Amino acid sequence: MFSKTMWRAVIGAALVAPFALTAAQAQDTVKIGLIVPMTGGQASTGKQIDNAVKLYMQQHGDTVAGRKIEVILKDDATLPDNTKRLAQELIVNDKVKVIAGFGITPAALAAAPLATRAKVPEVVMAAGTSIITERSPYIVRTSFTLAQSSTIIGDWAAKNGIKKVATLTSDYAPGHDALRFFKEHFTAGGGRIVEEVKVPLANPDFAPFLQRMKDAKPDAIYVFVPAGQGGAFMKQYAERGLDKAGIRVIGPGDVMDDDLLNGMGDSAIGAVTAHIYSAAHPSQMNRDFVAAYKKAYNQRPGFMAVGGYDGIHLIYQALKKTGGKADGDSLVAAMKGMKWESPRGPISIDPDTRDIVQNVYIRKVEKKDGELYNVEFVTFKGVKDPGKTKK
Amino acid sequence: MTTLFTILFDGVAYGMLLFVLACGLAVTLGLMNFVNLAHGAFAMAGGYVCAVLVNRSGVPFFAALPAAFLASAAIGLVAERLLYRHLYRRSPLDQVLFTIGLVFMAVTVADYLMGSSQTFIHIPDSLQGQINVFGVGVGRYRLMIIVICGLLTLALQLILMKTRFGSRLRAAVDDPRAAGGLGINVPYVFALTFAFGSGLAGLGGALGAEILGLDPYFPLKFMIYFLIVVTVGGASTITGPFLAALLLGIADVAGKYYVPKLGAFVIYTVMIVILIWKPHGLFGRTAAR
Repeated sequence: MFSKTMWRAVIGAALVAPFALTAAQAQDTVKIGLIVPMTGGQASTGKQIDNAVKLYMQQHGDTVAGRKIEVILKDDATLPDNTKRLAQELIVNDKVKVIAGFGITPAALAAAPLATRAKVPEVVMAAGTSIITERSPYIVRTSFTLAQSSTIIGDWAAKNGIKKVATLTSDYAPGHDALRFFKEHFTAGGGRIVEEVKVPLANPDFAPFLQRMKDAKPDAIYVFVPAGQGGAFMKQYAERGLDKAGIRVIGPGDVMDDDLLNGMGDSAIGAVTAHIYSAAHPSQMNRDFVAAYKKAYNQRPGFMAVGGYDGIHLIYQALKKTGGKADGDSLVAAMKGMKWESPRGPISIDPDTRDIVQNVYIRKVEKKDGELYNVEFVTFKGVKDPGKTKK
Repeated sequence: MTTLFTILFDGVAYGMLLFVLACGLAVTLGLMNFVNLAHGAFAMAGGYVCAVLVNRSGVPFFAALPAAFLASAAIGLVAERLLYRHLYRRSPLDQVLFTIGLVFMAVTVADYLMGSSQTFIHIPDSLQGQINVFGVGVGRYRLMIIVICGLLTLALQLILMKTRFGSRLRAAVDDPRAAGGLGINVPYVFALTFAFGSGLAGLGGALGAEILGLDPYFPLKFMIYFLIVVTVGGASTITGPFLAALLLGIADVAGKYYVPKLGAFVIYTVMIVILIWKPHGLFGRTAAR
C-alpha cells in the first residue's frame, strides 16, 4: 500500500509535469492574455478589439524579434470579478507576458493589483477613466480618457458661439466624469449651464427629459449616454423638434460611435462631438485600415477597434525594442515615450503617466455616399489626459 | 400650460404601449394563473421580426406590424404546446424558474442572431416629427401608438365579454373540469389565448422599439415594468391593467419632467403606495382563489 507521502509525490509529479513542458515551449512563445467582454451588453467592444488584434496579426505576422506571439482570448462578460479571476489564471497558469483588453473601468481596475504584483504589463485598450493608469506602474493605455474629449468640446463650444448649454448625462461614473470636465472648461470659457439632468442608466424613454431640455431653450444640449442609447436619444431629439428649435447636440464622441452611427438615421446629422477617432479620418493609413477591416469583418471599425489595433502594435514594438526580452519592467520601459502613426493620427505614450497622448478632433455628422460619417473639421494637437489627480 | 398637455400626451402614449406589452401577461397570469416571466421574450421576438422585415427586406412598416404579431403568436403557440402546458399544474416556483430560464435562453439567442447592440426600425417619414394641435406638441409616432393601442383595448374587451370565445375562455379558467364536461376544448382555448397574448406582446415590441429601444436584454429590462402593470392593475380584468398602465405611464413621464432628480423612483413609489392601499391591485378580486 502506498503511504500518504508517496501519494503526494505521485500527484505532485503529475501536476508539475505539464507545466515543465509548457515552460520549455514558452522559451520562444510570448503569450498575451486578451480579456474583453465578448458577451453581454458591451460585447461589441470586445468583438471590435478582438477583430482588430486579429487583423493586425494577419497584416504583420505572428513573430516579433524572433519570438512567436500567441493571443489567448478570454471573455469576462463585463463582470470585474471575472476579469480578476481570468487575469490571475492567465498570469499563473498560462504564464502570459502581457494582459490586455479591458472593456470598462472597473474591469481594468480589478486587474491592476495583479499587474503590479506579477510585474506584468496591463495594456488598456478600451476603458476610459483617468485614474486607471495611476493604479499600477504596469498599466499602459492605448484607448483614450473621457477627460480628453470632454474638456476639448467644452473649450470649443465656449469659443464658437454656444453660450447656454443644457446637459443630459447618464447617472454613472463615466457620465459624471464627462459632465464635470465639460462643465469646468465650458464655464471657464464664459459659457453657462442652464439645465442639468442626470438620467437613470436603465432608462427606457428620453421624452420627458428632452421636453425639459426644450423648455430650457439652450443653444445646445451636451449629451453623454452609454453607447447603445445614443440612437434612441437622437431619434427622440428629432421627433420632439429640438433640431428645428435650433438646439444643437454636442458631446464627447462616444455617443456618435462609428459602430452605431448608421443605425441612428438622418436625425444624427449635424451633431458636433469631440473624439479621438473617426472612420472618416482623412489619412492614407486610416483609409487602408478601414478598407482592410471592412473586407475582413464586413463592418466599419469604431474607436474601440482602433484602441485594440494600437494596443497590439504597442506590444509588438515594445518587444522589438527589447530584442525579445519579455519581462514586465523591460516592456513597460520600452513602451514609455513610444511614438507612432495610428489610423486615428499621430499618437504617443506619455513617459510620466503611461497614458496616451493624441489629437482630439471636433467632428460633425454628415452624409457621404449614403452613409453617415463623423467628418473632422478642427484638430487639437497632442492632447494629454487632463484628468490626472497627480499633476 | 401647453407643456402640461404635451407631458400628459406623452404619458398616455407610454402607458398605452406598456399596456399592449403587458396585457398578454395579464391574461396568462390573471386568467390562466400561470406566471410567465418570459413574456418579454415574445415582445422582443416581435420587435426583431419587424426590424428584419423593415430594415433588410424593405417591407413597409405598417405591413410589418401584423407580421410581428403573427410571428410572436406562432412562437407562442409552439412554445405553449411543447413547453408551457406541462407546467400549468405545477407550483408557481416551478413556473418562475422555468420561465426565467427561458428568458436567459432568449437573451443569448437574440445576442447570437442579432448582435448585442441596439436595433432600430426604420419608420416611415410620415410618422416622424411633431404636429401642432392648438399649440400642443404632439408626436406623430406617439399619436399612432395611442390610436392603435386604444382600438386594440376596445377589441380585447369586446372579445372577452361579448363573444362566444370570450365566454368559453372565462368558463375554462373558472372551472376547467366543468368546462371540459360541457364540451369546451380547454387545452385548445388555453393555447389560442396564450398565442394571442404572445402576439400582442410581439406587436408591442415592434411598436415600442422606437421609444424603448430594442436589444437582447429587452425581456429582462422590461420584465419589472410588465409585472408592475399587472400587479397594480390586478390580474383579473383587462380594464385594471389598462388603467394601471396609463397611470404609471403618466406618473413616470410627469415625474421625470417635473422632478428629474427623482425621476426613476416615481413609478416605484406609486406602485408601493397602491399595493399597500390595495394589496390585490386597483381592480383585483379581493377573494383570491
